[in-house]
Amino acid sequence: MKTTSVSCLSKLRSGMTAGLAAFGLAFSGSALADSGPVKVGLMLPYTGTFAQLGEAITNGIQMAIEENGGRLGGREVEIVTVDDESDPSRATQNAQRLISGERVDFLIGTVHSGVATAMVRVAREEGVPTIIPNAGFDAATGALCAPNIFRTSFSSWQTAYPMGKAAYERGYERMVTLAWRYAFGQESVAGFKQGFEEAGGEIIREIYVPFPDVEFQAQLAEIASLRPDAVFSFFAGGGAVQYVRDYAAAGLNETIPLTGSGFLTDGTLHAQGEAAEGVLTTLHYSTQLDNEHNQRFVQAYEEKFDMAADIYAVQGYDTGILLVRAMEAVNGDTSDRDALLQAMREVEFPDSPRGPWQFSRAQHPIQNIYLREVQNGQNVVIDIAAEALEDPARGCNM
Amino acid sequence: MDLSLFLIQTLNGVQYGLLLFLIASGLTLIFGIMHIINLAHGALYMVGAYLAFWLTSLVGNLFLAIILALPIALMMGILIERFLIRHLYARAHLDQVLLTFGLILIFNALQSIIWGNDVHSVPVPEWLNHSVALTDNLRYPVYRLFISGVCITIAIGMYLLIQRTRLGMIVRAGADDREMVRSLGVNINRVYTLVFAAGTALAAFAGMIASPVSSVYPGMGESVLILAFVVVVIGGIGSIKGAFLGALLVGLTATWGTVLAPNFASAAVYALMAIVLLFKPRGLFA
Repeated sequence: MKTTSVSCLSKLRSGMTAGLAAFGLAFSGSALADSGPVKVGLMLPYTGTFAQLGEAITNGIQMAIEENGGRLGGREVEIVTVDDESDPSRATQNAQRLISGERVDFLIGTVHSGVATAMVRVAREEGVPTIIPNAGFDAATGALCAPNIFRTSFSSWQTAYPMGKAAYERGYERMVTLAWRYAFGQESVAGFKQGFEEAGGEIIREIYVPFPDVEFQAQLAEIASLRPDAVFSFFAGGGAVQYVRDYAAAGLNETIPLTGSGFLTDGTLHAQGEAAEGVLTTLHYSTQLDNEHNQRFVQAYEEKFDMAADIYAVQGYDTGILLVRAMEAVNGDTSDRDALLQAMREVEFPDSPRGPWQFSRAQHPIQNIYLREVQNGQNVVIDIAAEALEDPARGCNM
Repeated sequence: MDLSLFLIQTLNGVQYGLLLFLIASGLTLIFGIMHIINLAHGALYMVGAYLAFWLTSLVGNLFLAIILALPIALMMGILIERFLIRHLYARAHLDQVLLTFGLILIFNALQSIIWGNDVHSVPVPEWLNHSVALTDNLRYPVYRLFISGVCITIAIGMYLLIQRTRLGMIVRAGADDREMVRSLGVNINRVYTLVFAAGTALAAFAGMIASPVSSVYPGMGESVLILAFVVVVIGGIGSIKGAFLGALLVGLTATWGTVLAPNFASAAVYALMAIVLLFKPRGLFA
């Protein structure tokens, strides 16, 4: 069954692959042209709850490469996609398929933390340069860190910890947390709890919902009866849309303010509508960020793909920039893996749409985390919740 | 826990159960009467939700959108039965599983091509966009009560249709002995087409009516599919009454599971199914 679904969907995506390859061909004649194309493997969700995220990341990567001449270190680019369906049980097989089957030079994936965990385990064994463009589970650049594992996105801790202090400063002292019961939800809650308790607050209950359920009525009734000062939540995609709408429909937003890590209101505001007004979140990006690189990016992305830019597109874009700059530094030579990895480590992003950032020792972004409030259907940046915040990289001995 | 919270959670469980019944009702028709394992049931639910989203954004009203979408859903059911399912009546269940699993992939790909992978929401119709106060800080959306009303109406309608009408009698007879019904001069093929189309339309209708409270997103049919099978198996295959009680049991178990044993919540429904099957191997009303 699996083979069918993967091959059927990778055919669907092959339009894009062909597009990129053709772009590369137009520039043939470079010195390194005969060393063959660079193979970039994308292991991302193209169906299911996170399909939209996989699409945005792919767009971002494509945009970064095309803006830089459609080549990596002078070589043509061949992109191979596998739809991971956000299914952890197939993750090992899908990663193997790209690494051993397709022999990719770079492995890029994925969105779902459970899938990424399995993918990272395979990638560590194989040593292939691997970039995580989304999945935020702490261990990827913590206990599982390795010289060939990079992350261009965030960690659950990083996006949730600053909200603890921000919430306490708003006068919330007793809070309830509500999240999906899977690695990322639980880590977000742990990060928030650490920040909130360090600031002096108290978590009166941690409630979890099975992933990916979108039925929240029972939990909302529980929150109403607990009467906390505010609620911290982690949901994303369809779950975030439904949760924020249900929260407002239950009237809870009038008496109990809703906060969360930024995924609660990112890429979902058009569907959440008025229900999202006033929701307070922390994230390493907002399309509303007032810097020239971001304004250019948001406009160019919309023109190119006819859809609004979001955090996932930015993470994809920075992933593409990482490829471009590292491959430029090594002149397109992927044979010396240590040199390539060193070049990747040294790439800096002073011109990222999210603001300047660079890799930490654990190869994870040291970046600003912004405090955002939904106003008139936009994630308006009202403050920097934490400047150049580095993930603690617990358990990483690199 | 005080009494009001107990009542609110029971209300949540019943409401969830009624919605599950609506989703499972089409499956119990197709599975119970035609003995077809239709894995694409969840995908049809998703198609219904996307149709509701798409048509609502065109015509501006959910109910008008549903009226326009239902013939599309019926037609899909007729085409699928005529050209695909009909060839598999005599074949093993595994062939049906393969075919309908293939349909899931096709519907998912079509959804991605036609509507993209974005998450959408469908606005609640204006005249139902109210809420009733349950406590001083908790309100209940009227639309959820409306869904419950629709589900109960459909349950009664289906029960009367199957148990009390001539058509229902033919359908039940066809389920027991297809050849005998045929030799009595009934065009059984047409009846099967009708039943399959009705099942498809019910799945799609569930997706439409639930779209304002479930959002519309890729893959939304998959979790629903498993719950629908659980409901049908608990209730007893082919029994409308069983599906109704099974759905209420599942809804209450899921809700009370998350309240009383949050760590066990995702397994509670399957534990319920295991217990029911232990004592009633053929379901509650087989």
